[in-house]
Parts: sequence; C-alpha cells; structure tokens
Amino acid sequence: MSLNKLCVKCLGPLKTEIRVLNGLVNKRNHFVYTPDTNSPVKGETTKMNMFQAINNALDTALKTDDSALIFGEDIGFGGVFRCTMGLRDKYGKDRVFNTPLCEQGIAGFAIGAAVMGSTTIAEIQFADYIFPAFDQLVNEAAKYRYRSGGTFDCGKLTVRAPCGAVGHGALYHSQSPEAYFAHTPGLKVVIPRGPIKAKGLLLSCIRDPDPCLVFEPKILYRQAVEEVPVDDYQLPIGKADILVEGNDVTLIGWGTQVHVLKEVAQLAKEKLKVSCEVIDLVSILPWDTETVFKSVKKTKRVLIAHEAPLTAGFGGEIAATIQEECFLHLEAPIQRVTGFDTPFPHVFEPFYLPDKWRCFAAVQKLVNF
Amino acid sequence: MVVNRSFLLFGKTVVRRFQHKVDVIGRQYSTEGPLFPGAKTTWTENLEFTGSHSYKPIPVYRVLDRQGNVINPENDPKLPDNILVKMYKDMTLLGALDKVLYEAQRQGRISFYLTNYGEEATQVGSAAALDTSDVVYGQYREVGVLMWRGYSLQQFVDQCYGNIDDPGQGKQMPVHYGSKELNFVTISSPLSTQIPQAAGSAYALRGKNRVVACYFGDGGASEGDAHAAFNFAATLNCPVIFICRNNGYAISTPVEEQYQGDGIAARGPGYGINTLRVDGNDVLAMYNVTKMAKEYALKESKPVLVEAMTYRVGHHTTSDDSTKYRDPKEVELWAKNDYPTDKLKYYLNKKGLWDDKQDKEWLEAARKSVMEAFKVGEQKMKPKWDVMFTEVYKYIPDHLKKQKTEMEQHLSIYKQHYPLDKFESK
Repeated sequence: MSLNKLCVKCLGPLKTEIRVLNGLVNKRNHFVYTPDTNSPVKGETTKMNMFQAINNALDTALKTDDSALIFGEDIGFGGVFRCTMGLRDKYGKDRVFNTPLCEQGIAGFAIGAAVMGSTTIAEIQFADYIFPAFDQLVNEAAKYRYRSGGTFDCGKLTVRAPCGAVGHGALYHSQSPEAYFAHTPGLKVVIPRGPIKAKGLLLSCIRDPDPCLVFEPKILYRQAVEEVPVDDYQLPIGKADILVEGNDVTLIGWGTQVHVLKEVAQLAKEKLKVSCEVIDLVSILPWDTETVFKSVKKTKRVLIAHEAPLTAGFGGEIAATIQEECFLHLEAPIQRVTGFDTPFPHVFEPFYLPDKWRCFAAVQKLVNF
Repeated sequence: MVVNRSFLLFGKTVVRRFQHKVDVIGRQYSTEGPLFPGAKTTWTENLEFTGSHSYKPIPVYRVLDRQGNVINPENDPKLPDNILVKMYKDMTLLGALDKVLYEAQRQGRISFYLTNYGEEATQVGSAAALDTSDVVYGQYREVGVLMWRGYSLQQFVDQCYGNIDDPGQGKQMPVHYGSKELNFVTISSPLSTQIPQAAGSAYALRGKNRVVACYFGDGGASEGDAHAAFNFAATLNCPVIFICRNNGYAISTPVEEQYQGDGIAARGPGYGINTLRVDGNDVLAMYNVTKMAKEYALKESKPVLVEAMTYRVGHHTTSDDSTKYRDPKEVELWAKNDYPTDKLKYYLNKKGLWDDKQDKEWLEAARKSVMEAFKVGEQKMKPKWDVMFTEVYKYIPDHLKKQKTEMEQHLSIYKQHYPLDKFESK
C-alpha cells in the first residue's frame, strides 16, 4: 500500500495533468533516457513505454501459457503503474486478480500455485514492501528445489516489483533491494534498463525453470519509450550488455543508473578525452563475470555505480571479484559510487543519488591515480 | 496495437462503475440499513463491547468416549474392518518408529528427532478421509499421514540418516520428509510458511477434484503467514482444509501465552471460513470431520478450518526436556486416560476385531520391522559430497561449477581431513 498509489488513482483520468506532471519530473531528472535502438529480433515493432512493454509481455505470457496467473495488490484494475491494464478483461478474473493486502501472503500463495505447476507472476506493489515476503522468498522459494532434492520446486514463480528512485519517493517508494536477494542461492534477480529489455527479460523469467525476481525501475515506466518488437521474444538471464565501447575506464551499472553512466561516458569524452566502456549488468544473480572481466582487462580501471547504499551493496561483490580475477591488470583502485549508507531521503534526493557529477568525479580520480 | 485496445477496455469499465455508483446514491434515501461497503450489517443504539462473553466457546465434536464407546450410533462412520485395523496398525507402527528413532538420537546415531506421541489419531484419522491424490502440506508432526499413504519404514529411516536413498539427498534435518508420489510436499523448518502455499496450491487445483490439506500447530497459527493464508483462502475461494493440531504447547509456551481467544477455531468465522473443532484423540471423529470438510471444500470451492484438540505427550523434540516447564503428572494423565491408540483399541476390542494376543504380536512385529529398516538405513552410504551443489537451480550455473571445482581440488590435497569414507565416491 502506498501514497503514490492514491496519486496515480486520482490522476488516472486526467491525462493532460499527468503529462504536465511528467514534464515537471523530467526537468528534475538526474538522467537523460537514451533508448535502445537495436531490436533483439526481426519483425514488426511498436512504440511502447516500459509499462506498456511489460503489459505486452504479461499479455504474451497469458496468451501462450494457459496455466499462467497474475495477481497482487490492485492489479485487477490495471495496477497502480498500469502494467496489468486490460488483462483481467481479456483473460478473466480467475487468471488476473487482486489479492488481500499482504505481501507474505502474495509470495506464499504464489509459491504454492507454482509448486502445483501453475506459472505464477506475482506483483509486489513497491520493492520497498517486499520485506514482509522476505522469509517466503529467501527461506522457501529459493530453497524449494534444493531441500527436496528436486522432488518439488517453484521454478514457475516470477515476482515483479517496481524499484529505484523516482524523484520524490523518500524512504519507502525508492529502495533498490537487489543486494539482499543477491545473497540468496536459488533465486535469479534481474533489472531491465528500458522497454525492449523489460519485455524480453520478463518473458525469460516467467519461462525460466527457477524462481526469478524482476525489479523494474519505476521512473522508467512512462519516460522510457522505445520501438519494441511486437513478437514473442526472450532475452538471456545472466548476460550483461556492453552499451558503449571504450578503452580507458569500465563503467558498470544496472537499471536507471546505466543511463546516468552513458551520460558520464559522454562527459568524460568531452571534458577529459577519456574513452569509457559502459556495461549494463542486467542480471544481478547470476551475474556475467566474463563480460566484466574482459572489459576490465582491456581498460584496467573500473567504476561501479548503483542507487542502493554502499555497504554490502552489490557493487562490493563485483569489486571483490574483479580484484581477485583481474589483480595484475588494475591500474587504479576500483571506485564505487552509490547511494549513501542512510535511508533514502525525501528532500535530499538530489544529494543522495550517485548522479552523473559524482560518477564523473570518480572517473577523474581513476584516470589521475 | 494491443496497447491501445486495452486503453479502450479500461475506459468502458470506468463508465460501468460510474453507472453503478449513481444507482447506489439513488437507493441511499430509500433504505434504513447501513450502507458502509466494509460490512453487511444492521444499526444498534446499545453501546457495548463484543467480546468472548458474546459467544459460547466452540464445542469439541467427538464420536467415541474415552472408553472407546460410540456415543451416538449415527455418528459411527462404519468403516470397513480392514480400514479400522489399518488405522490402528499405522498409529501403533508410528509409535514404534518414534520409539526406535528417539532412542537412536539419544545414542547419537541420528542428529535430531521429534515424536508424534498423542497425536496419532489426528494424523491418521484425517489422512484416511483424504485421497492420496489430495495434496498435503505439513509442519513436521504429521508422520502418520505419510504412513497412511504408504511411505515405508525404510524411507523414513533413510531420510533421517540422509543416506543415498533419501529423496532429499541428505540436505535437510531428520523428519523433514517429502514424497512426490504420495503428494506430500517436503517439510521445511520455518513455521507456517506452508499455510499460504497450501492456499495457492488449492487455487491451482480448482476444478480438478482435488483438495489440499494443510497441517500446523497452535503455535504456528500465531505466525503472520497463518493470517495471510486464512484470508487469501477465503477471498480467493481455495479448496483447502486447514488442520490445526492444538496440542497445548509450542515447545515450552502454553496456549495461555499463545492466544487469548477461543483457540484457533474461533478465528475461522472471522475470516469467513466454515470451521470445525474436533477431539483430535478420536480417530473416528477426525475421519468424519475431514470427510465433511473435503466434501464441502470440493463442492463450494471454499476453505475449511479444523481445530483438532489434542495433547503433546512427548517432548517437543530431542533437543527439549519438557519436564522443565510442565508437570510430568499432567503428561501421565493424558497418556493413561485419553491416549488415541488406546481409545481405538477399545473400540476394536468391542467390535471383536482385535484382542490382546493380536496386539502383543503386532507390537513386537512392528518393533522388529522398524529395527530392521533402521539397521539397513544406518549402513547405507551418504550421497557423494558434490551433490551439495545440485538442485540449487535446475541447471548448475557457472559460478557454482567453479566453486565445485575449487572444492574438488582442495579435497585432492586435504582429503584425510574430511569424512570421505562415509560418502559415495562416484
């Protein structure tokens, strides 16, 4: 349950006002969205923002799998972020339905249905509210197959949750909890950077034989617009994308942060004549060590940036692994630019985020070391 | 253009809803009753609390008295003789298994155990009213359900030893049983996590003529997951039977410190769930209650809550000494005066289906067959150590393959420091 939900509900019919509001948000954004232009599959494409691409993926999942169920808080009328819009009307309320307001129930119910062979796509309204379901996801979903020696599993489970900074979300509408789950063998965790990625990754997660968490950066729902393939397609879990090729510094991020890093690469080129390689990690667990090591061995300098706090953030895992595997190649200490070790604040958000200037300063430090 | 079409559909829904609202406003002036959406009810002008004084406690349904007499002949389920004898044999075989494995733990031969003493009827009576195709979720003290369904003594022992024939590959502690063939979902230690899962499974099985039975204790019912499950099962019309074993204790905590209401049963109607409270020491009552619950759950596609009143005669587990928090005399009272297997034995005696000689021979045979299974299980090898890396995911990911290789290299040098002789090598 959330305050934002009320805002979205109130403004739902007033499309012009939403456009005005979005305009305001855009001006205050800490990043510039750059769309993916490479289509992963051939065929027809349609302009979609990220919530429409997710809606399209869910539609595809329901259409191609009779056992697929979608449920969560307020998803029946289309979801507070419109991701499930129209699906209840199209597939019936037995397959697309509201649950009581209880995250541990949503997760537990979803696991149970998946154990019986249903494809379950559960929504947690905000990643900030996934913690009541932590026990079900960490102790149950992640360990189901292992503890039963493969007798039972809930591999058909996918949990979607909007995550990340949104400009004014404060403590409980902004969190990026991926590191908590990265420490959990048995789960897969992915974070898309835009509509094309969101659709392909979500379909992969839904059809993957292991339980998956998809954290969707909510600030991209309306802003990120791309030409998304209309056809059914999947994108690999566990595979990183090189978005910008470069030779001097490797910049690693995921979700919204990759758009910040793309700007940083541009800034570094213009102001420092430094060539940056930007990697979208895409998948947090398992993560693509190969792509990262290869890039680091080439550039010899690394910056990792994420919105979540520094201490025990996933950047720490990446840094430690790079240090172990690329020790002789490194020419500067690995830099981590992240949220601070504080709760996510309201009015101080511009000072909290690992924005392009903090990342740019870290690049400067790396090349001057 | 899928997206644009969904926009249109959404628009239509809004118009329909708005129309509905207008109708409600019109009716407001023509009715005297409250119109709050949150409850269908009446007004009152009396200011008074609703509390436990407003209701009578829910009575305990029974078929047999403590001497094994059928109180109301209409309630006798008139089960076939072979079923009645199987009930008794399974309940007592469970007792024999408990005795041997409990002692084995005391001798350090298995790491952990927990017995089912006093709760045999709750388990076997309910299991007998279900089909093996009905899915069971347990907490951990429901071994009688597996026994009824045909899990063998050897399978129980193999799991407790974590040997090569344990379907769980030695990954979990003893008594965390599971069986795909018998539709018994593998037990896990976190309490009550299975309850909302059971609701979800029941939802997935709707229309397939199968129900889900989910067992938990009176302590487990205090977990948030129990609340989640009752509410989800009711609102989402799940054919699930929640069976609470109220045995008076959660480890050392007596029920007075667990809840202040009328047990667990009284919570059922609060969730809109049809509820039954039953003598958990009366196997026939347990059978009748579960049978009715199943019929209703299937017909209406709705949940049922069953509270089986019983008493935990044994210690909580082998890591617990219950004399530290309860009077041994209290335990003795239940063991002597209201023990489920005795109650069924008296009933069988009266029906001429069982006598003392048969009883003595059977108990001895039961003990022997447990001992045999135990010896065999003890001698089996444990699975190869690298099984530790399997089933984390469907396919072993690269990072785990790497860790497995590292351990392999380590063992090739330091093997003398590890108990490799007890584990399979190929």
